[in-house]
Amino acid sequence: MNHDSSKGMGVLKRIFHHQYIWGVVAILLLLFINMIKDPSYLSITVNETNGNLVGNLIDILRAAAPVMMIAVGMCLVIATSGIDLSVGSLMVVAGAVSMEFLKGASDNLGAALAALGLALAIAAVLGAVNGLLVSVVGLQPFISTLVMMLAGRGIAKVITGGQNTASTNGSFRWIANGYVVGLPVVFLIALLVVIAVGLLVRRSALGLMIEAIGMDPKAARLAGVNRRGLQVLVYTLSGLLAGIAGVFATASVMTVDVSRTGDQMEMDAILAVVIGGTSLAGGKFNITGAFVGSLLIATLDKTVVFLGVSSSATPAFKALVIVVLCLLQSDRIRSLFKGRSPAAAAPSVEEKEVVAA
Amino acid sequence: MSITTESRTDVPGGRPDGAASEAGARGFAARIAGWVKSRIDLMPTLASLVIFVAMVIYGEAAYGRILQMNTISNLLINNSSLIIIAVGMTFVIITGGIDLSVGAVIAFSSVSGVMLINHGWNPWVVMIVMILIGSAFGSISGILVQYFNVQPFIATLAMMFLARGLASMLSTVPERLPDDSALRQLATKIKLVDGPKVNDFVITPGVIIAILVVLVAFFILHRTRMGRTVYAIGGSEQSASLMGLPVRSTKLWVYIISGSLSGLSAVVYTARLGIAQNITGIGWELDAIAATVIGGTLLTGGVGFVLGSVVGALVLGLMNVLITRDGGIPPAATTIITGGILLAFVLLQRLVQAKQRE
Repeated sequence: MNHDSSKGMGVLKRIFHHQYIWGVVAILLLLFINMIKDPSYLSITVNETNGNLVGNLIDILRAAAPVMMIAVGMCLVIATSGIDLSVGSLMVVAGAVSMEFLKGASDNLGAALAALGLALAIAAVLGAVNGLLVSVVGLQPFISTLVMMLAGRGIAKVITGGQNTASTNGSFRWIANGYVVGLPVVFLIALLVVIAVGLLVRRSALGLMIEAIGMDPKAARLAGVNRRGLQVLVYTLSGLLAGIAGVFATASVMTVDVSRTGDQMEMDAILAVVIGGTSLAGGKFNITGAFVGSLLIATLDKTVVFLGVSSSATPAFKALVIVVLCLLQSDRIRSLFKGRSPAAAAPSVEEKEVVAA
Repeated sequence: MSITTESRTDVPGGRPDGAASEAGARGFAARIAGWVKSRIDLMPTLASLVIFVAMVIYGEAAYGRILQMNTISNLLINNSSLIIIAVGMTFVIITGGIDLSVGAVIAFSSVSGVMLINHGWNPWVVMIVMILIGSAFGSISGILVQYFNVQPFIATLAMMFLARGLASMLSTVPERLPDDSALRQLATKIKLVDGPKVNDFVITPGVIIAILVVLVAFFILHRTRMGRTVYAIGGSEQSASLMGLPVRSTKLWVYIISGSLSGLSAVVYTARLGIAQNITGIGWELDAIAATVIGGTLLTGGVGFVLGSVVGALVLGLMNVLITRDGGIPPAATTIITGGILLAFVLLQRLVQAKQRE
């Protein structure tokens, strides 16, 4: 009996070792709050005519899909101790490209695929530009991606002539609104992409090398890690994923709003990553955590709307959560919890900063 | 593109001449080359001055009516708020940090300021409150950076999201300042030179505030102990603290200065426009960073000039004037061009740094 309980404790300990478990707890808590307001909140019904699942949970999955895309990209970028502030703007560029293309094209699958390919290619190219600025030019990541964040929205406005552009294409619309085996396509695509990226980085040495350049670029170089190539790869991937997110976001309404689409999404991505237990200091990443974080953000957004709280308060609330999580990740607070003196923890941070500079 | 080629002809050109002077022939050219070599850190600032003059000449030739008093007055009046935040940004960047929150802080400060005035608060009190709002955000960033060792861009990015979120909570529609509000007095035009027709040289109290800010900042950076510490932190933080300089308090102050100047900039901007909105100031952090970098401040810290940042801000302002005059470039492209200029100048800095290391 005693043996059993200690084994149980060990499992619990292992579960709570993952920081994203708190994200899961928060999701359950939010769902519980919604259930108090409406006991049938969690119920999922099957649509009689087409067999699709309908319910609030399905809506949450659908809303989480774009956040998942940019969070996974952001996760890898942050692991190299960089940041990608341009994801929201690359979303709007991808949306603008696809809408502008579809506006003049016929309503068939070929046009939809062409629009998709074009949007993703342009987003990936802009991501690669970020990567080249960071790796070859040696610009700080937040400056290069800040330029891209502001220029990206400018590019989208130039593409659409400053107008919100709408178009019609059944196949393109299906990406965001269709169903396969009763589940929304958009969520299934997102899930597949997350799993693919996760397998790619964790089943190969890629993830390890990405973490290595985030931990100590000098040591990584001495170990023969190709820093420049990896940085370009990571920023390109982040741009490509942002492009997918942009397609998701515009396909659901078949309209691109040049000033609203993807607005402040970089905050959602950073928040999802930080909730997932990835340190903003770089050097490690957790894709499952980013996945959970995205689900939490979608749940939070839906809850705020469901409870009738003014949704204008959410960005400020999210920003506060980022500040609090930053504080929790700082050495001073950590040492407080561990009962060590902050002075003992400080030098390691300074060393890291010197390397980063 | 012209920027990089210019530096290439400038910088390597100095070297053979310098060698010639060692051989004994101390000509005028050699002396200039020697000076260029000794003050190579001034090169980006000089380059920006050259570009400013070139832009004026080009504008005058292509569109006309640039080199006249009312254009220059408008340039100063419209860019006084940018000059103010660029000065604050200069302090932060010289220490090797960054402040991404300036635009959002301006939005929150001006929206809350206008709403307070509309609720019947005394405008002069509101002005103080607006500046203090900026100081508060600056203090939070500063504490996060210096006490909790959060990276500057993360801390100020969080403040940017927070300030923008709070501004959207207050209002999402344009808030108008009453026409008779005392705050608008900061935008009254004072005629200094009475030119023919409307071609007068006018300034506003906002411009005077900007000039005062520049002068005070110049004094602090170049003539006080605090200014020395700011440069020392940017050079090497570890050395600065080993020398016994007050690194931690100075780092905090730098962010408070930048935050307060954002508040002050919000006052000047709101007075000029009479409208405040939650989307005010989107992208201003890029403008401020670009102005600072164009003016010769190294993004990695340790080198920089307040007066250079003023030139940088005027270059950006003049660029806007030229784009408007041209009419062929969509306004949305302005941020793309600003970004391009910023990148070009960072490349120029890299070249200069590489030369210094040789």
